Amino acid sequence: MSKVLAAIVGPGNIGTDLLVKLQRSAAIEVGYMVGVDPSSDGLAKARARGVEASAGGVDWLLAQSDAPRIVFEATSAKAHAANAPKYAEAGIQAVDLTPAMIGPLVCPTVNLDEHLAAPNVNMITCGGQATIPIVHAVSRVAPVPYAEIVASIASRSAGPGTRANIDEFTATTSRAIELVGGAARGKAVIILNPVEPPMIMRDTVFCAIPADADRDAIAESVARMVAAVQEYVPGYALRADPQFDEPRDDWSGNARVAVFLEVRGNGDYLPEYAGNLDIMTAAAARVGEQLAQGKLVPA
Amino acid sequence: MTATPAAAFDLRITDSTLRDGSHAMAHQFTEEQVRATVSALDGAGVQVVEVSHGDGLGGSSFNYGFSRESEIELIAAAVDEATRAQIAVLLLPGLGTVEDLQRAHAAGASVARIATHCTEADVSIQHFGAARDLGMETVGFLMLAHRTTPENLARQARIMVDAGAECVYVVDSAGALVLGDAQARVQALVKEVGDQAQVGFHGHQNLSLGVANSVLAYQSGAKQIDGALCALGAGAGNSPTEVLAAVFDRLGITTGVDPQHAAAAAEDVVRPFIPRLPWMDRASIVQGYAGVYSSFLLHAERASARYGVPAHEILQRVGEAGYVGGQEDMIIDVALQLAQEREREPLAAGAR
Repeated sequence: MSKVLAAIVGPGNIGTDLLVKLQRSAAIEVGYMVGVDPSSDGLAKARARGVEASAGGVDWLLAQSDAPRIVFEATSAKAHAANAPKYAEAGIQAVDLTPAMIGPLVCPTVNLDEHLAAPNVNMITCGGQATIPIVHAVSRVAPVPYAEIVASIASRSAGPGTRANIDEFTATTSRAIELVGGAARGKAVIILNPVEPPMIMRDTVFCAIPADADRDAIAESVARMVAAVQEYVPGYALRADPQFDEPRDDWSGNARVAVFLEVRGNGDYLPEYAGNLDIMTAAAARVGEQLAQGKLVPA
Repeated sequence: MTATPAAAFDLRITDSTLRDGSHAMAHQFTEEQVRATVSALDGAGVQVVEVSHGDGLGGSSFNYGFSRESEIELIAAAVDEATRAQIAVLLLPGLGTVEDLQRAHAAGASVARIATHCTEADVSIQHFGAARDLGMETVGFLMLAHRTTPENLARQARIMVDAGAECVYVVDSAGALVLGDAQARVQALVKEVGDQAQVGFHGHQNLSLGVANSVLAYQSGAKQIDGALCALGAGAGNSPTEVLAAVFDRLGITTGVDPQHAAAAAEDVVRPFIPRLPWMDRASIVQGYAGVYSSFLLHAERASARYGVPAHEILQRVGEAGYVGGQEDMIIDVALQLAQEREREPLAAGAR
């Protein structure tokens, strides 16, 4: 079976982990790893894995005679904003792992089907990929007037970009809880914990639900969603059954469901505790595969 | 550059009754209580009064507890009531945002206190920048300061000062620092930041050392000290402002706070509306002893009631896991694990 040619732009930890995952794909062939620094460790690693790697940037990539049909970008919001129009002009579909938010926000188990033809899709945030499936699992069976997520990650897994722009995480994730998760109002919190050995990523999802919501249906929907995410993140698991709390006045008379998650990474290139980074690369790989499937189907 | 605070006095006391006290009040402060407290503190000569949700701006949530009244309206009421005192707000990056800070500033808050876990100062850089752009006085808050060495803490303070902090606090969020531990951390910060910024100390009473640690902090070079009327704060509460005022007065250290007025503010204004005075009970002593974030206390008590496991056991386990400020959700997780363990080993649990 033929594969769809793809490129990864941004040879950092994320790009390298993504490469390892995509090299297992039956639908995608990573032909290029692109950076801007010739001394980059990630470019050397890609070459060692048999991928053509260049520090010539996106202009080098676009000059290749055999052009990629999908590009995964793991650089920065600023770099992606500059590169995105070039991909669009060249007809290359872009999977954006930066916070640039040029294309629609996507979560593979929730709304990817609606955006398979979009020239550019955005992978939201790590906390978003971990929690929005659960918000959606609740909102598809009961109205969710408000959803709140708390993502706790190991300090070591938070790179300089995340640290310098932590407001971007809360703003983007909150918005995606509403737009993609289906809550009327969303709130996101991120906590960095430096404990040693590093803590595995933990996520908690709280959803306000009507007093008479069907709790069995919610629990069943959540379990189904966890199984769906496990297809691409095997270490994605519930810590306990969903916890239901009775309606309270200070919750505007709503009841509440709380879902406690653990996200253990696959340990491909990144350490297992960095489930936050793993779920990003795994979700991006999943998105890429589905985009590729569309390209493999004869027109 | 903002004028160096407390120039007229040896020491500046910031009162956190209306912020740290929000934890002990389960975030149920009313505008009336805020106005009365600010008026009393202002009259007693307290120069800075902090008003926010206990977990800082934007803290109103499922995870931390919803505020009864909008914190921005409470801040505006405090600003309206104060004649001399500045109104401060707390912000935890990752929870609150620059947008929250802008709203607080628009409501009249003039001191921005930006708080991070003691090893994560670099997440505050954008917020210090924004606070300075707004023309606010800036204070950095290095929380759970017992969790790192004095040397590391000083390096983190340097990050905040370079980002625009005019003062950096050693924040004993767990009330776990015992005398020399507090002293060594304040000394390390003073040595690191020199004349470029002041150093502060925020104590908790879990091991009953808030006031003693504050005196040692002053003697080690701290220029700003936090207190709360009736100790109203998380865990066993903060260093009581009225006691700090009396003790520093006795030591001949000027703070500008009148001890008689402060004592009256505590007794006549705040005491009557407190549902339960902060106290060194078993659970909060465990917090000080095991180094657990003080705000976890009421959450642990609620989880204890919900899942039938003792609060002090939850807090002990939370301490062992090394959870940090903001991870209130993990309290439910720990309670669930403890409940499961008891189900599996009912006899062992019963024998405890």
